[in-house]
Parts: sequence; C-alpha cells; structure tokens
Amino acid sequence: MRRVNKDQKVRISLTLNGRKVSAETEPRTLLCDFLRHSLAATGTHVGCEHGVCGCCTVQIDGAAVRSCLTLAMQAEGRDVRTVESLAGPDGKLNKLQQAFQNNHALQCGFCTPGILMSFTDFLSRNPKPTEDELREVLSGHICRCTGYAGIMAALKEAVAAD
Amino acid sequence: MSQRLGTRVVRKEDPALLSGRGRYADDLPVPNGTLHAHVIRSPHPHAEIVSIDSEAALALDGVWAVITGEDIKALSDPFLVALKAPVHQWALAVERVRYVGEAVALVVAENRYIAEDAAELVDIEYNPLEAAVDPVAACEPSAPLLHEEAKTNEVSVRAFHYGDTATAFAQADRHVKLTVNFPRLSFTPMECFVVIATHNPSDGSYDALANFQGPFSAHPVMARALRVPGPKMRLRIPPDSGGSFGIKLSVFPYVVLMSLAAKITGRPVKWVEDRAEHLLAASTGPNRVTEIEAAVTKDGKILGLKMDQLEDYGAFLRAPMPGPLYRMHGSVTGGYDIPNVDVVNRVVLTNKMPAALIRGFGGPQLYLSLERLVQRIAVELGLDHIEVIRRNLVPPEKFPYHAAAGSLYDSGDYPRAVETAIGDGRLNDLKKRRDAARAAGRKYGIGFAVVVEPAMSNMGYLSTLLTPEARDKSGPKNGATSMATVVIDPLGAVSVTADVTVQGQGHETALSQIVADRLGLRPGDIDVVLEMDTGKDQWSIAAGSYSCRFTPGTAVAAHMAADRLAEKLKKIAAKQLNVMAEDVELAGGKVRSKSNPDNALPFKRVAGTSHWSPVMLPEGMDPVLSETGVWNPPELEPPSHDDRINTSLTYGFVFDMCGVEIDPITYPVKIDRYVSMHDAGTILNPLLANGQIYGAFAQGVAAALYEEFVTNEEGAFLTGTFADYLVPTVSEIPPVELLHQETPSPFTPLGAKGLAEGNCMSVPACVANAVADALGVANVELPATPKRIHALMKQGAAAS
Ligand code: FES
Ligand code: FES
Repeated sequence: MRRVNKDQKVRISLTLNGRKVSAETEPRTLLCDFLRHSLAATGTHVGCEHGVCGCCTVQIDGAAVRSCLTLAMQAEGRDVRTVESLAGPDGKLNKLQQAFQNNHALQCGFCTPGILMSFTDFLSRNPKPTEDELREVLSGHICRCTGYAGIMAALKEAVAAD
Repeated sequence: MSQRLGTRVVRKEDPALLSGRGRYADDLPVPNGTLHAHVIRSPHPHAEIVSIDSEAALALDGVWAVITGEDIKALSDPFLVALKAPVHQWALAVERVRYVGEAVALVVAENRYIAEDAAELVDIEYNPLEAAVDPVAACEPSAPLLHEEAKTNEVSVRAFHYGDTATAFAQADRHVKLTVNFPRLSFTPMECFVVIATHNPSDGSYDALANFQGPFSAHPVMARALRVPGPKMRLRIPPDSGGSFGIKLSVFPYVVLMSLAAKITGRPVKWVEDRAEHLLAASTGPNRVTEIEAAVTKDGKILGLKMDQLEDYGAFLRAPMPGPLYRMHGSVTGGYDIPNVDVVNRVVLTNKMPAALIRGFGGPQLYLSLERLVQRIAVELGLDHIEVIRRNLVPPEKFPYHAAAGSLYDSGDYPRAVETAIGDGRLNDLKKRRDAARAAGRKYGIGFAVVVEPAMSNMGYLSTLLTPEARDKSGPKNGATSMATVVIDPLGAVSVTADVTVQGQGHETALSQIVADRLGLRPGDIDVVLEMDTGKDQWSIAAGSYSCRFTPGTAVAAHMAADRLAEKLKKIAAKQLNVMAEDVELAGGKVRSKSNPDNALPFKRVAGTSHWSPVMLPEGMDPVLSETGVWNPPELEPPSHDDRINTSLTYGFVFDMCGVEIDPITYPVKIDRYVSMHDAGTILNPLLANGQIYGAFAQGVAAALYEEFVTNEEGAFLTGTFADYLVPTVSEIPPVELLHQETPSPFTPLGAKGLAEGNCMSVPACVANAVADALGVANVELPATPKRIHALMKQGAAAS
C-alpha cells in the first residue's frame, strides 16, 4: 500500500471506461468526488454520502461498489467503469438502458446511473435471475420518483430479452 | 406507432439521463475563481447566540470569510411572508437560533474540504433556552416564545363559517368526533440543494444558478431580501434536477445567502448541501393536529362538519407558508356533498425545522382527518364504510359543483368511479381475504379513501388567511398565469420553452406531443428547452413545477401558442395553395388542402416563407413565427367577501381501497392488496401519467408506514441519517392496481387535470383506515410503525 502524507497532493492513475487517466488530488478525496470533479465523469451521482442510497455505484474491476465509501486512492491502477461506459460510441443505448426507457423506469434520473451499474455487474454474473433476486439487488438503491414499478418492469424486460 | 396526444410515448429525456449526460446543477461548469461554502448549523433547538469567534478559522490557509448573521442583517432585509406578524428571518440566524440545524454561520474557502476544516475552528457560544416543541403546548400562554415581538407562538387564527353548521348539529341524530395527528416528513429528493452565486459590483446585480423548483412568487422575496429590483436578481435553473416534490422551493434562503457571500468575498460562491444537512434542515411538510366532528343522520348522511386545524410550521414562516393550511381550503369537504362547514385554521410556530412545500401540499393532512372521520361514522353508526361513502358523494348531476367553502369542482362522476373500483370482484376478494385471515386468528382490515385532487393553484388562495377587510385594503389576489413559447426557425424547425422547472415529470415529452399535435408534426420534430433564466425567459409568479400546474396550466399555454402558429401557417399556405384558410390543415409534416390533400406544401417551406420571403405573407401579417401562449383561466377568482375561495382550477378524483394484514408477533403492517382509481380528465400520455401515480403511491406508502422526522421533547432531532429516517426501497412498496376513468375538464381546452399528488393524499388515509379496521381502534398514528402498532394492540387487548 502506498504511503502518503495527509496534506500532500497525490497523483492517482486509473483506467476509466477503458481509457487511462490521471489527476492530482488530496489523499482524503472520495472516489465519487474524484470521478466527478477531477475526471469530469459527472454521470456518477452522490445522494447520501453514507452508503445507503446507491446513487454513487460504479464498478471497480467489474464489481459494483459505492464510490462514496471508497477513497480515490483505493482505485489507483484499477479498472473503473461508470454509467458513461454503457451506451455505444454512437450514443445507442444498450439493452438494459433501452429497457429503462421503454418502461419509464426513471423520472429525474438521479438514482439511475447507480442502479444501471449495480445491475450491469449483477446481470453479468446472473443472467437469468428470479424476480425476487432482482428485487433484492434493487433494494440496495433508493429511488424517490418512480415507486420502483417501472424499474422492476425494465429489469424483467432486460432479463427476458436475453 | 401513433405518437399523438393521449398515446403512450416514451420519454425524450431518457437517453441523456441513461448515459450519464444529465446536466444537474453540480455537473455544470463554474466561473473561474469560484469559492466553496460550508454552513455551520445550530446544535440547539433554542438558544441565544452569545458570541462567534472566527479568528482561528480565518487563519487557516485558503479560508476567505466566515460570515455571520450580523453581516447578513447589515446587507439584507428579512424574507417577506404573507402573514403580517413580527416573525423575521434572514438567511443566517440573527441573535438567536430557533431550531436544530438552523444556519448560524457560513465558511467560504478555496474548496469544500478546507471550508469544513475551518468550520471546526469557529467557536460559537450559545446560551440555551427552553424549547417549544409540541404544537398544542406551544399555544399555551406559559410556552417559551419563539419570536418575542409576536407575543404568542400561535401567530394566526381564522374562523370560517359556511352554511348553517349550528342548525345541522342541532338537527343531527348523532355527532362523531375524532382528533387526528399528521406527522412531519419530507420526500427527500435524491439530489440535495445546489447554489452557485455571483455578484457584479459594477451594477450591483446578482446572478445565481440553483435547483429551485418554484413557485416563482419566491423570486420577489429573494430580490427584496437582497435589496435589488427583480432584474438584478437573475436566477437560472439548470436543465436537470434530481427530484423535488416541493422540497426545492426551500433552496431560496440559500440563494440569498450565497449571493451575499459572493458580494462579501468578491468571488463566485458555490454550495452543495449534503444529505445530513438536508435531513436536518432542508424542509419538512407541516405536522397538523385536527379536531374534526361531523353531524350525521342515523343512516350516515353528513349534515355538517366542524374542523379545528392547528398546523405547526416550525421556527419560521417562509413564503408561501402557511400554504398547506389554505391550499385545500375551498375543497375542505373533499368528495362529499356537505353544505354546512365551520373551519378554524390556526398556525403555530415551534422550535423545529421550518415547514414548506411537499407533494400533496395540505391534502394528506386534510384527507387523513376527513377520511378517518368517515370511517368512524360507519363504525359508530354500525354501517358499512362503503355505504357511508355512497350516501355522501357529490352526485354527478351537480357538476360543475360549488363546494361549501368555495371550490368549483369542474367535472366528475364519483359514484361511477367508486363502483368501478369495488366492482369486478375486487371488493369481494378483499372481503374474502379478510374473512380467511380473521378466521385463522390474524389481524386484517380493509380501508377506503376518497380524495378530490386539486390542480393548478389559484395564486389568491393564500389571501384567504387575511380577513375580508384586510383583503379589501391590500387589493384582490387571484389567478394563475401559465406561459409557453413556441418558435419556428428559418428552416422550419420547432422549439418550445415554458414556465416550468424540470424535476423528472417528463414535461419535455408532453410538451413535444402537445405542440406536434397542433402542427401536424411528430414529437421527435419538436425541441424543448426547459432550463430557465429569469433574465430572459417568460415567467410569472405562478411559474415552476408544483401543485400539478403543468397539465391544466403550462400544457394549455403551449397548446394555445402552437394553435396560433398553426392558424398563421394556414393563412400563409392558403395564399400559396390558392384555397381558403378554412380549407387548410396541418398533418403529416405538410400544410394541405382538406378537400384536396394532394394540394400540399411541406411544413418547412411554409414556415420558411415568414423568415425568407415576408413579401409572400398575407397582407397585414407580421413575419415573426414565435408565439407565447398565456393562459389565465377566469374561474380562479379572488376570495369572496364571505371567504369562499376557488382554490384550484381542476379537481380530479381518486378512490383507493386496500387490505392490510398485521403480523401479531413482529407488528409490521403489510399491504396485502391495493387498488387505486383515478379520474384526472383526459390523459395526455398514459406512460407519464402512470409513472407519476406510481411515484406518488410509493410516497404515500412511505408516509403511512415509514417516514417521520422525529424530535424529542427537548427539541433534539433524532432522524439525521437515512438509517434513522426510513425511505422505502422496492421491498417495502407493494404492487398497486391502477384504474382510470376519464371525465374531461370543461375548464381547460385539453380537458386534462392533475394526477401526480392524489396518492400522496389518499394512501395515508386509506392505510390508516385499514389499520383501524384491523385493530378495531379509533386512533391510528402515522406512520404506523411496528412500535406504534404494538402499543395499539396492547391498548386494544386492555380494552377488550
Ligand atoms: S451516495 Fe453513496 S450510497 Fe448514497
Ligand atoms: S428517478 Fe428520481 S430518484 Fe429515481
């Protein structure tokens, strides 16, 4: 583990959505702040900063993590993926995103990136989950707008489309 | 697939939001040199500020200023409120703090981390005072006073009389009475408040970006506080906002605070609220204590109603408070035909977070008391609850219906909605489930709720709070102006701006459908830009997204603007097609003769005429293809001399029915089946409509079973994280069966009413009724948490 002085600025390098990037920040910077403010990846949102809402979910080496509970330094040298990685280069939505649009699974869209990143990880490991399993993963996220009905419908559609 | 108005069109908003390309306030670039602010908040519910020592904080590298209430008082005026009482609030506490979380000082530094470090070095000495917490106790003469100049905490009392309630009570077979408490809660949007403010010393103007939601009647409040004319307080609203539900009105004191901080430091200042601050101090719905009593005949007909509503606004009234107490005033009799009503409205201030807008806005409080009362009438008279409802519903032949307190219900068929909802075996199924559960010794209850859902508030409703004499003096207040502008560009492309703030409702999609419909285009052909700039865009005091004003308001304004453009295009084309304008229609991207559709011109070509070839326009026509629709319906009159007020333009109808089962060992209330029937007039886009209803339903369930801001007797705040303040996840939200009936409103050209708040009003009442039925108790406190259910069951067991 790299040792640094708390007041010293550090340069953190990582792979963000397939591209090598680096920026200087303070050692105490949270990964969510680093992504948003230092790397301009503002698609990742911060809803609670205490690990409850799931808005800030990103993937590190393929596993969904809460970036508000992760220090930027912990992502040093690793492969980070955020919601910006999901659509095709031409902006075409992927299957999960398209299912969200089809089923009105978002209103304000603030919770959505975190939910997409959780399920991108989960569905890659469990392509044929039951409805209960979907609900269990979704219960790690708070959405204040939709009442979850559209999100469940979208998840079911995405799974059925496989 | 058809994309016309009334059909299910998926949202234009979604691709950007699904790809991380939203543009929320905290995503936008800030001016060079922007500083970051952190708010220091009061740990006490009530205390004098003895001293604030900022020396150590200012000595820290990167700290620009520590701003206190004294600085703010010198530079700004207190916020205006509707109520004329000596209750003064500035953007920071002055001399005294009155709730836990009140903003006491602002640290401005090079970044947020430094500002938070510096805040720890600010030494504030307080002299704690006794706090007034309970609303009823706060009205006692012995209670600690929040605002000494006001001489009382009960800052407004008004009594209203409609019909002859005394005679109704004298002639009744029976009186049924109940006290109902509505708790404090918020719908905590996932994005917290954000403000970026700049000050320009050369002309003394402010320019602020904030995720404010309206109503824009708060704009003059901000400008007055900053001591500048409106145009010098330029407010911009970002293109996206992470939910609001009423809450983001309350960012306005921080817009003023950051504007002043920008003036003091000479630098732009940015503030992003964190979740802890949001839960502690952002906003709450007001709690209300209602004493409600009905005069009834023995067959359940309600002859008269008396209500005493005591609403607790916390430490300050902020514009437009006490809105929730008055917004429903005209329709205080709900879905029932009750000619005689006495209402007493009382406003009390306590040492708690100030209350403000929240989805449902006064409806949840009203309907919890009214609908609990109707259930009690059934119990006390030994009648079927649904029978009592049937006997009192406003009959369809009475529409448009003048409600006792002044609302003019536009349209509806309430009995049909109720019969449809309980029909098709739905109520029988609930009864079967109940009987089976009870036979097995389990607790099961059925609840109903009847709700009239107002939409598009009359801006004059709050003046009902003043006496008729005071209103005469200050002049009549009424109306609600909606505005939308449609523009056609030189190549025939169509764009729309409107007086709403985006919070996720899908306005972009709905507006594109409405305008496309009038112009014979597809929604995909219409660009809608909804970020707002008070310096350049059309707005009125009614602007913003609240109280379901979009569908009966802004949507109509857009329809009017598009219609005017369509008429113009028809006239232009008539000349070129050699037909009468009456024979011209816009369809399929063409402007064509109705009688000979082959005689047609492309839409773009006709539109281009006005830009490139004004010489070809019909005589006298001005060449601009830009129209602003302004919609101000005449039904929104000022309060009458006898205090009758038509509080809203349209009135939808909601009827809910549910079965709940209560686990006798762990006590959670489980919603077993839920049915919700809506009549919101014409539906513009069923996908968006149902989305709004599902969202409101979940918030209704949250209010009924989970969410509550808890303050203890001393005034300490106990629900400061999402671990204590329980927002339901998908596991807590049961499925809901939605039914629709469409009785178009005769008062708007689109026939559409609001529908996004109804379930915030109906669900708490419906679930409370079901719990009352399950446990056989009269008093059900919400949220009906396992702890409360346990207490009720003990009480029930002791009674039996
Ligand atoms: S912001 Fe990370 S879980 Fe809420
Ligand atoms: S869409 Fe707004 S919080 Fe989920």
